[in-house]
Amino acid sequence: MTPSTSSGQWRMLSPKATQNIMRLVLGLATAITVFILIFIILFVLIKGVPVVDWKFLTDFPHKMGKAGGIFPTIVGTFVLTVLAIVFSTPLGVGAAIYLTEYTKENTFTRIIRFGAECLAGIPSIIFGLFGFILFVVYLQMGWSIISGSLTLAFMVLPTIMRTAEEAIKTVPYSYREVSQSLGATRWETVRYAVLPDALPGIATGIILSMGRAIGETAAVIFTAGSSMRLPTSIFDSVRTMSVHFYILSREGVSMKNAYGTALVLVVSILAINLAAYWLMQRFVSKHKRK
Amino acid sequence: MNKIQIKNFNLSFDRRPSLININLDVEEHKILGIIGPAGSGKSTILRCINRLIDMEQVSRVTTTGDIQIGGESIFARHADVVALRRRAGIIFALPSPLPMSIYDNICYGPRRNGVVRKAQLDAIVEKTLTEASLWGEVKDRLNLMGPSLSGGQQQRLCIARTLALEPEIVMMDEPCSGLDPISTAKIEETMVQLKSKYTFIIVTNNTKQAARVSDNVAFFLMGECVEYGASSQMFTVPKDQRTNDYVSGRFG
Repeated sequence: MTPSTSSGQWRMLSPKATQNIMRLVLGLATAITVFILIFIILFVLIKGVPVVDWKFLTDFPHKMGKAGGIFPTIVGTFVLTVLAIVFSTPLGVGAAIYLTEYTKENTFTRIIRFGAECLAGIPSIIFGLFGFILFVVYLQMGWSIISGSLTLAFMVLPTIMRTAEEAIKTVPYSYREVSQSLGATRWETVRYAVLPDALPGIATGIILSMGRAIGETAAVIFTAGSSMRLPTSIFDSVRTMSVHFYILSREGVSMKNAYGTALVLVVSILAINLAAYWLMQRFVSKHKRK
Repeated sequence: MNKIQIKNFNLSFDRRPSLININLDVEEHKILGIIGPAGSGKSTILRCINRLIDMEQVSRVTTTGDIQIGGESIFARHADVVALRRRAGIIFALPSPLPMSIYDNICYGPRRNGVVRKAQLDAIVEKTLTEASLWGEVKDRLNLMGPSLSGGQQQRLCIARTLALEPEIVMMDEPCSGLDPISTAKIEETMVQLKSKYTFIIVTNNTKQAARVSDNVAFFLMGECVEYGASSQMFTVPKDQRTNDYVSGRFG
C-alpha cells in the first residue's frame, strides 16, 4: 500500500497530525541539544565556582595538584596554543593563497583540498602519536613546548587552510581584475586588494582553531608531557589545563581541583568562541553591504 | 600617427574563435569607438591590448597575430606586463571602486609604482579628480569609502584612478551602460577634453554615443571587424551593408 498524496485517500495520518508530530519531534531535538549544552555548563559552574578564586588562578599546585592552584597549567596552555597558531597560520594561510590565487582549479588542487579535509578528520590521538615519534623521539626535542605546539599546529593546519580559502573566495573577482589592471603584480593584488577584505574571515578560522587547540588533551599529553613546573624555555615540558584535568580526575588526585580547572578551561573556550562569533558577524554584515 | 597597431590578430577560447583576423590601427590622441552587438568581441579586444586576458581562469586562450603599441609587440618574450597595464589603463562597465577611501582608490596605482610621498599623492588625487570632473563633489570628503558614492560618481572615480597611472591609452568598456544621462554627459565631456593628452578607445552599445564622441569607429560583428573608418563616414555612408543595418538600428 503506497500512500498517495494526490487523493489523500491512502494517508495514514491527517496532514494536521503529521504537522503536529513533526513540530514536536523537531522541537524535541532542539530542546535536547540546548539542554545538553546548558547541563554541561551548569554542572561545571556548580562544581567549579566554589573552587576558583584569585589564589587558585595564581598559585602553584601543591601535593601533585591536590592543593594549591593551577598557574603553571594556565601558562602552559597559553604558550602552547599561541605557538601552535604562530606556526600554523603562515602555513595554512599561505597554502590557501596559493591554491586560490596562484593555481587554476584542477585535479591537483582538488586532491590537496581532499587531503586537507581527510587530515582534519584524523583523531587527535593519532596526531599525538605522530608528534611523539617525529618530534619527541626522532628529532630529540623531548616532551617540550616545541614538540607539543608543532603537533597542535599540524592538527589545526587543515582547518586554518580551508577557512582561509573560503574567506579568500568570497572576495569579489572584480577586485583582482581592477588591481591588476592598475599595474599591480599578482602578489600586490593579493596583499592590497584581496587579503584586507578576507581578513575577518581568515581571523575567524584562526580563532576557532585556537579553541580547538586550547582544549586538546590527547595530542598534547604525548608531546608536551605533564611537568607542573613553570617553563623557562620552549624545550621545557609543560602541563596544559586539559592534561591537568585529565590527570587530577583519572588518578583521583582531587576532583575538586579538577572541576576548578575545567571551569577555567570552559570559560576560556567560550570567550574564544564569542570572539569568533563577533568577528564572523562583522564579516557577514560587511558582505551584505556590497 | 598610429598608437596601436593590431595585425592579423586571432583569439580563441578553448579553440572556439572569438576574434577573427582583426586589423586595426588606433590613431594617437583620437577617440576610437568600437560598436557592435553583444558577443562580438569588443570587450575581448580591449582585454588583449593590456593583456588582462592573461587572467582568464575558465578557458584556454590561444592567440595568433600581433598587437603593437608604439611599434613594440606587447606579446614579445620580454614584454613587461605590469608596465603595459600602466600604459594602457582600462575602465570597466560596472563601476568597480575598491573597498577603500576615495583617496586610497586613486593612490592604488601610483603607490604600487613606488610613489609614497604625501605631497606627491595629494597632487595626483587633486589633478585626476579634476580631470574626471569629480573634484568639486568630493574634495571635502576624500576619506569617504569609494563604494558609498553614487554610480555615476563611482565611475568617474574609476576614471580618475586610471588617469592616476599617467597612461598613454585609456580604454573604456561600456563605461556608461549603467549611468544616468547627466553622468554620461560628464564622462563624454571628460573624454573630449582629455583627448589631446591620451588615446581613447571606447567600447559602447550605444551607437549614438559613439557618433557623439569618437573620431574613428570600428564595427565588430561575430568576432570580425566588419568596417573601420572615420566616424563622419561610418554613420552617414557606411560601405558595408551590415554596418548600415546596425547603425540604422535594423538589428542589434
